[in-house]
Amino acid sequence: MTDALKSRIADVFDEPACGTNVSKSEQQRKKGCAKPLTPGAAAGGCAFDGAKIVLQPIVDVAHLVHAPLACEGNGWDNRGAASSGSELYRIGLTTDMTELDIVMGYGEKKLFRAIRETIESQNPPAVFVYATCVPALIGDDIDAVCKAATAKFGVPCIPVNAPGYVGSKNLGNKLAGEAMLDHVIGTMEPAETTPCDINIVGDYNLSGELWQVKPLLDRLGIRILGSLAADARYKQVAMMHRARVTMMVCSKALINVARKLEERYGIPYFEGSFYGISDTSDSLREMCRILVERGADPGLRDRCEALIAEEEAAIRARLAPYRPRVEGRKVLLYTGGHKSWSVVAALQELGMEVIGTSVRKATEDDKGRVVEIMGDDKHMFDNMAPKDMYRLLKDAGADILMSGGRSQFVALKARMPWVDVNQEKHEPYAGYMGMEDLVRAIDRAVNNPMWAELREPAPWDLPLTAGRTLPAPAGPCPVTGIPAGPSRPVTLVPPLPPFASPPAAGGPAVTDFASSRTDFEDC
Amino acid sequence: MAKLIHPKRALSTMPLKSSAPLGAAMAYLGIERAIPLFHGSQGCTAFAMVHLVRHFKEAVPLQTTAMNEVSTILGGADQIEEAIENLRRKAAPSFIGIASTALTETRGEDVPGELREILSRRTDFADTAVVYASTPDFDGALQDGWAKAVEAIVGALVPRVTERDVDMRQVTLLAGSHLSPAEVEELVRMIRAFGLSPVVLPDISTSLDGHVSDDWSGCSLGGTPLADIGRIARSAFTLAVGESMRRAAQMLEDRTLAPFRVFQSVTGLKPVDAFVRTLMGLAGVQDPPPSIRRDRARLIDAALDAHFHTGGLRVAIGADPDLLFSLSNALTSMGAEVVAAVTTTQHTPLVDRIPSGEVILGDLGDLQRAAQAGGAQLLLTHSHGRHVEHALHIPLVRVGFPVFDRIGAQDVCRVGYRGSRAFLYEIANTVQSIHHRARPEDFGAAPIPEEFEHVPHAARH
Ligand code: SF4
Repeated sequence: MTDALKSRIADVFDEPACGTNVSKSEQQRKKGCAKPLTPGAAAGGCAFDGAKIVLQPIVDVAHLVHAPLACEGNGWDNRGAASSGSELYRIGLTTDMTELDIVMGYGEKKLFRAIRETIESQNPPAVFVYATCVPALIGDDIDAVCKAATAKFGVPCIPVNAPGYVGSKNLGNKLAGEAMLDHVIGTMEPAETTPCDINIVGDYNLSGELWQVKPLLDRLGIRILGSLAADARYKQVAMMHRARVTMMVCSKALINVARKLEERYGIPYFEGSFYGISDTSDSLREMCRILVERGADPGLRDRCEALIAEEEAAIRARLAPYRPRVEGRKVLLYTGGHKSWSVVAALQELGMEVIGTSVRKATEDDKGRVVEIMGDDKHMFDNMAPKDMYRLLKDAGADILMSGGRSQFVALKARMPWVDVNQEKHEPYAGYMGMEDLVRAIDRAVNNPMWAELREPAPWDLPLTAGRTLPAPAGPCPVTGIPAGPSRPVTLVPPLPPFASPPAAGGPAVTDFASSRTDFEDC
Repeated sequence: MAKLIHPKRALSTMPLKSSAPLGAAMAYLGIERAIPLFHGSQGCTAFAMVHLVRHFKEAVPLQTTAMNEVSTILGGADQIEEAIENLRRKAAPSFIGIASTALTETRGEDVPGELREILSRRTDFADTAVVYASTPDFDGALQDGWAKAVEAIVGALVPRVTERDVDMRQVTLLAGSHLSPAEVEELVRMIRAFGLSPVVLPDISTSLDGHVSDDWSGCSLGGTPLADIGRIARSAFTLAVGESMRRAAQMLEDRTLAPFRVFQSVTGLKPVDAFVRTLMGLAGVQDPPPSIRRDRARLIDAALDAHFHTGGLRVAIGADPDLLFSLSNALTSMGAEVVAAVTTTQHTPLVDRIPSGEVILGDLGDLQRAAQAGGAQLLLTHSHGRHVEHALHIPLVRVGFPVFDRIGAQDVCRVGYRGSRAFLYEIANTVQSIHHRARPEDFGAAPIPEEFEHVPHAARH
């Protein structure tokens, strides 16, 4: 690891805006928040993965991965960040390093050429170049290559230095944010600014969730100037420094960006969520409050309240019919971060019972809110082995599992409904209207008549009741030749019938089949 | 016949290939109570796992030695030992298949040596079979990783014999990476129909076939039992399906003296005929079972019906070599023309036999260009080919790995008489789904002037 990267990592680990971090001793803080991984019991993505998750939703940029095949080849086009424009972000681009590149040290040259080919074939506003383990290990200097390429081609080439082995996804999120702070944010000026310009940080517009919220912002006259990186264009990242307020959607991933935007450009930030009715309202309220504080028309706050009142009444009315269909159902929630509490509150509002929630990636604050909502911390668990989860579900402690794709089969194989609430999901659940979609998804899952059928015993699990039986067959079975009668031998696998001319026992027949080296005589 | 083209490019656009360790993991999953273990950083494992899950729609018990920066530099032997220990405690697998990754290979560890040392020292690991295959991501594709894993299994677990003690009814079926669970099952069915009993290696038809089991195990839910791998020594013959299985077949011959035959394809009439003839010979029957006769007759009928649609059809195919060969061979035998063929690895002699002018060692970007240049009417590749489908407006038949935007990938069968029949229907039906109404312009005539057209009056309200 280069020294620059080392100090960069130390820097992101020292996060004054992170509650967990501040409460640690100096010594502990230096170690960072990454727990050492256990061989044979580790799960989850690498730092490169994390960087890509954060940046890939910048839709018009060419995302070029400097790596042997696996990093991009096994992972491209697997997330549902939606774009309202360019589709370039969905094209997998990689240098596909070969043994020769590695042994001969051709990595940097190949990368430079790949950047040129990318620019020639895709004409992007910028190229993001991701470093991965192998080039980092052999010492490819992607910063230098990017610098040279930027100078040569006149297209910004942004190095994203987050090779997989430096840590977890979460660290990668932050390193990606740092790359944006270093190379992109503040490099372009908007044609005009308004007092209602905002940044949204830490949202990725999965399945179009941002668009479920955008109508609300539109009605309030709020403009998303900068985005990291929901449905973002390169320019939107470059102009983030001109927004009036930053809304940070995921508290763990990009807090460093929100804080540094405040430090460097004086843009205040707040943490909010668009999951759940009350959270959506709170976020809008907070956003408007800060905007007004910073010079927006004071009438904005009243308009915001009016909008909230109207929308909340409307969504409550739309949800009412679902209440009898989901009331009393027990939910096991296995997700992370802010979703733990915002979804819990929303489900409880509908009379559902949350029997447990994971707080794996949640901050202390998040955990506090879970306790506040659920009454105590009995129902909070950190990690649950699939085996235990399977048991819990199978023993019918729950009616439904809401989680990410990783645990879907734990539920499905236990013949238990499952709703995807993680990043790979196909339905958007944000804002007021997203709540209805979520509840509809839950209804659809738990009330599907299929479950009852699937849980019925198999025909052979029920003892036959005495009744009419056919008379015993007279002769031997015509197919297997097994004799009839009570003394007939019963084997599970009936012996195969002899063929017209069985092969002679022993060796000779085999010698007719010498190994063939050609094999295509009849193909 | 075909010439291999390797475009001089630094950039790979829309990768076609999946990595070698992933192929190894897939093969390992064809062993009973197995856990594949990647020797590398955890990210590679996460990506591979998601990839496998998206295709099979099954939980995949893939694990990692979780190399970090420090262990990468100091060496990963401890990580391997710790991983085996943790896996044994957690899930009690009977088999752990290790595959290396680019990261550990770049550093160049002597893993086989270290593993031997670990296993001889840790006698408490004795009831778990541990094998290791070297599968750097930067060399070869899924098919190569699969082949190396199978070779590793053979090398470690099939006993050597000096004298033949043959079970004349038992044959070994070495199944290549291009076979789906349903395809392995179909081959097994055919072999059984001749009164022979196959030992399949690796057998994903019982582990990745998509079934609901009664408990959660944390290991593969089926596959070749370890005891059966031992029994391979008594097989009379080895049937290897896929050219990439040749080395493993050769290794089996060296160890067990069982002769082998490689079937480079079992799709299409002639290749299946060759397979059946071999089975006839092994079973010593001149008369195949009636079901086989009937399936052949039905394939012939399907070919008669399909040839109207396949004759002259221009297709573009992107796949690992074994699959590329068997499908393109089946299509050209039906009169189709392969105008674009893209493959993923050069480690195969098959390229020469692909019925196409040239084979590109490349990505889906190459497939798109070549398909367009060749005027392809039909695409065959994995799900990522949907990008090409949209760009060129020609239909895509999903083949190979990964197929993530359709369910039931494990049930697709294109081998044997029955599978070939299904394949011909699939192709012919896709061709028929293209709606093209001929217009005068298509033949070079001027379009009919608009004034002659009857324009319905706008509705009045
Ligand atoms: S851990 Fe390293 S090699 Fe593996 S996917 Fe992540 S960046 Fe690539």
